[in-house]
Amino acid sequence: MNFFESIRVSLRALRANKLRSALTMLGMIIGVAAVIAMVGIGNGATASITAQIQGLGSNLLTVSPGQSNAGGVRGGAGSLTTLTMTDVPKVQAAGPAVKAVAPVSSTNAQVVLGSGNTSTTITGTTPDYQFIKNVSIATGRFITTADVDSNARVAVLGPTVVTDLMGDANADIIGKNIKINNVPFQVIGVTTATGSTGFMSSDDMITAPVSTVQERFIGKTTLRSILISASSADDMQTAQDEITVALEQAHKIPSGKPDDFTVQNQADILASMQGVTQTLTMLLGGIAGISLLVGGIGIMNIMLVSVTERTREIGIRKAIGAKSNDILLQFLIEAIVLSVLGGGIGIVLGTAGSGLIGTALKMSTSTSLTAVLVAFGFSGGIGIIFGVFPAKKAAAMDPIDALRFE
Amino acid sequence: MIDLKGIKKIYANGDIQVAALNGVDLHIGANEFVAIMGPSGSGKSTMMNILGCLDTPTEGEYFLDGTDVAKASGNELAVIRNRKIGFVFQGFNLLARTTAVENVELPLLYAGVGGKERRTRAIAALESVGLGGRIHHRPKELSGGQQQRVAIARALVTNPSIILADEPTGNLDSRSSEEVMAIFQRLHAAGNTIIIVTHEPDIAEFTQRIVRFRDGHIEGDEIVKNQRKAQAQIIEEGVAK
Repeated sequence: MNFFESIRVSLRALRANKLRSALTMLGMIIGVAAVIAMVGIGNGATASITAQIQGLGSNLLTVSPGQSNAGGVRGGAGSLTTLTMTDVPKVQAAGPAVKAVAPVSSTNAQVVLGSGNTSTTITGTTPDYQFIKNVSIATGRFITTADVDSNARVAVLGPTVVTDLMGDANADIIGKNIKINNVPFQVIGVTTATGSTGFMSSDDMITAPVSTVQERFIGKTTLRSILISASSADDMQTAQDEITVALEQAHKIPSGKPDDFTVQNQADILASMQGVTQTLTMLLGGIAGISLLVGGIGIMNIMLVSVTERTREIGIRKAIGAKSNDILLQFLIEAIVLSVLGGGIGIVLGTAGSGLIGTALKMSTSTSLTAVLVAFGFSGGIGIIFGVFPAKKAAAMDPIDALRFE
Repeated sequence: MIDLKGIKKIYANGDIQVAALNGVDLHIGANEFVAIMGPSGSGKSTMMNILGCLDTPTEGEYFLDGTDVAKASGNELAVIRNRKIGFVFQGFNLLARTTAVENVELPLLYAGVGGKERRTRAIAALESVGLGGRIHHRPKELSGGQQQRVAIARALVTNPSIILADEPTGNLDSRSSEEVMAIFQRLHAAGNTIIIVTHEPDIAEFTQRIVRFRDGHIEGDEIVKNQRKAQAQIIEEGVAK
């Protein structure tokens, strides 16, 4: 009997028992769908975190005061005063890989406009900040070099701040005078909403000239950080090295001694965040994979029942000339068809499911081809592995005993 | 056609050895119509299994069409069963949920016959047992006699050397029994070799030769003097369909 005849015989047997075939497949369907959906959601989370970090700025490097400890987690950030305005030109001149530099000096701010008031942070910086952090202006303008040089009391507000002060993000606030920590400032611009929320939200902050912030609120020229944009993504490491050397010279740190500053690479942050989400994806996928395994065991279970139940059929087939291999192939194909068909339906459902969840949670989910292929191959493999045992049992039956079976 | 020499079949049950067949010599020629009779435990079922190549003897030689099949392997036996032997069982043993024509096609499927030829030959076999109009019926839609006729069609579709029937009328009423025996007589007249195992003397009288078994030996081997002619008229059922 050739292979295609075997497939037809198996399909007919499966059709003869539709409900049982469907229920058996269900285990497989759920397992594969779960793997696809979980990996899809995990990939979506990775992608959205990547996008968020990249949205913080292009080819961003950050110099912070103080020594980093293991794992890149710093203690007492901002409490150290080792970075000052004098470091800015040194960093600027560090090397060709450094494209733009902006100092950041920030503090908490109590803002009042008429009856509206809110608490936010004010960041003092230079015009290059707009380029480095991809700040886009909705109305008005960003701070200029002239503003910095003249210690101008001008402020660019985030849309959340505008909403907090006037009740509406689109309210006309340009030119109005606000009081920040009791110092009057003129609003010159409003930034476009980026959608980021919570801690460090770029929508809930005020940007002002660094000179003004230091003179009015901080009283000295220490910086919270220096932001650097590298010339290109490939130059990140070069820029990091150049800046480290330049600052070590400026701070007169002998080689071998710990630096009193930290240069952080956006790629490092990205890599560690992606590591976290990928671990999460693998965890979810692994749990879903267990359900796939359970589905496979379900197939074996049903196939074993089926072999026992069809003992007489096996006896008849053997009596009229079926070889052991014909019987083996028939039952093996039945198991493979169940698992592959279940896997196929699972892929469709899993893809649809991850899309639905993505829409519901407003995040992009991506079904990776790899996950689909792995799930499909895995379900086929499960069919073979868990089908072999029942099929061998069927093939090994003695025709006389099988025919006598009631 | 069939030559058995010193056939022994010994079943070991722990320390006790039971000889189901204890030295059987038997010759059955081409186009014979033989009944094997005997009480239960006489070894006639074991004989049937060995004749049908479902089992191999512990000792002895079995020549079927000139080839020694006593020492054949499982797969070789499967091929012999497929090519040379047509089985008819007491319980019909048709595949449920499978139509008559698909049941008849089954041995051809395992013989590797192509789809179109399979269908043609299966329909011809069903027509020869008077079921040309019922080819798409499932076993449960057929009467016992009709089911047994489907089983006979399945047995003869491969043009086997021998047709082996194990109590073919055991589950049938007397009218259906006579119908089935009429078909066997017709097949015999057409040149087939037929061996029937039965315990009913009146069924054995439809054959030409009766071989009696007792305690694993052949007790008697006689020619039927007054062979009964089965009178049942095979109605060509539902030919118009």
